[in-house]
Amino acid sequence: MAVEKPHAVPENFKPDVIAFACHYCAFAAADLAGIMRLTYPTGVKIIRMPCTGKLDHLYVLRAFENGIDGVFVAGCLEGQCHFREGNLNAAKRVKHIKTLLEQVGIDPERLAMYNLSAAQGPRWAEICTEFTERIRKLGPSPLRNKRQKA
Amino acid sequence: MIVGKQKPISEIWDMIKDFKKIIVFGCNTCVAVCHAGGSKEAEILASLLRIKALQEGVDMTVESGACERQCEPEFIQQHLEALKAHDLVLSIGCGAGVNLLSAYTGNTPVFPGLNTEFYGAVQQAGHFIEVCGGCGNCILHLTGGICPIVRCSKSLLNGPCGGTNNGKCEINSEQDCAWCLIIERMKQLDKLEQLFAIQPPKDWSRGTYGGPREVIVEHIAADEKNSVGSTKERKS
Repeated sequence: MAVEKPHAVPENFKPDVIAFACHYCAFAAADLAGIMRLTYPTGVKIIRMPCTGKLDHLYVLRAFENGIDGVFVAGCLEGQCHFREGNLNAAKRVKHIKTLLEQVGIDPERLAMYNLSAAQGPRWAEICTEFTERIRKLGPSPLRNKRQKA
Repeated sequence: MIVGKQKPISEIWDMIKDFKKIIVFGCNTCVAVCHAGGSKEAEILASLLRIKALQEGVDMTVESGACERQCEPEFIQQHLEALKAHDLVLSIGCGAGVNLLSAYTGNTPVFPGLNTEFYGAVQQAGHFIEVCGGCGNCILHLTGGICPIVRCSKSLLNGPCGGTNNGKCEINSEQDCAWCLIIERMKQLDKLEQLFAIQPPKDWSRGTYGGPREVIVEHIAADEKNSVGSTKERKS
């Protein structure tokens, strides 16, 4: 059964996505993607974190509350966290937040966790494209619609 | 400590949906340690309820707050004015907190946002186990510090029963048999012979079976209570 109530996807819908990116890997990969002149969707806005272990439930929930269409968290490859296990803790947190989102009628697919290294600039561009496409198919956040009507 | 578990959002929503101005109020003692009812969880729950309200098209404000201990008047006093300014207080403290808050908030109702589960200990981060039944008559000195009242599925005082199976309980094969643990512990303490003494039937009236309990500490309690004697339990 669909988590979200059915709603129309506007033509030319461009999702707004927040990426919580680890300073030591994903953020550096995004930097590399820029240096390599790779293109990826402009709707992805990056928030740099000292480690994805800093991710708080509220960062994600507030983003959704304010109408963001999708959020992804990008940390180091498993076993390569600068702080040993911050990325593993973040993955557990993401899993938990997904269950919370589902309970309030937001498709958990709107939240994802990725792992990549600082050298994977092309992978960063690929993740942004892939995740944005996933959100484009899901349509705008149901909360964004509600907020626009208000 | 008291271990609690947050109620499902759907159950909470059914309780609160008709109220307009709500505050989710946490307690930063026991239930904060078990990640169910502290100030952080109050903020998270408030955010989820705001999202739910938006989804349902309900006009509602949900704020959050917390105090250090909801089960003591001196800790809740400073928050009362703010709490009374709401239509509903959704407490995510334990049941003791809900009871006490409710006695102080006048016309503002207090609803429970979590289920108070048990008196527990931390097995490892995020894993809590029930280790005390609050039975009012502790016998841990006889059982190697392992409580048969709650850790044995049958609360046996003279165990194990015939259902013990390679150290596991017949009720739940994942669960350690408390009496196997007790025997191993008593062996380690070189006190195994103590277990040959038959324990008489327990006076359960000193537990929750005997009605509400009360403890009065003579040298601290107000004068009106002093006449009943030192550290006297009403049901003893």
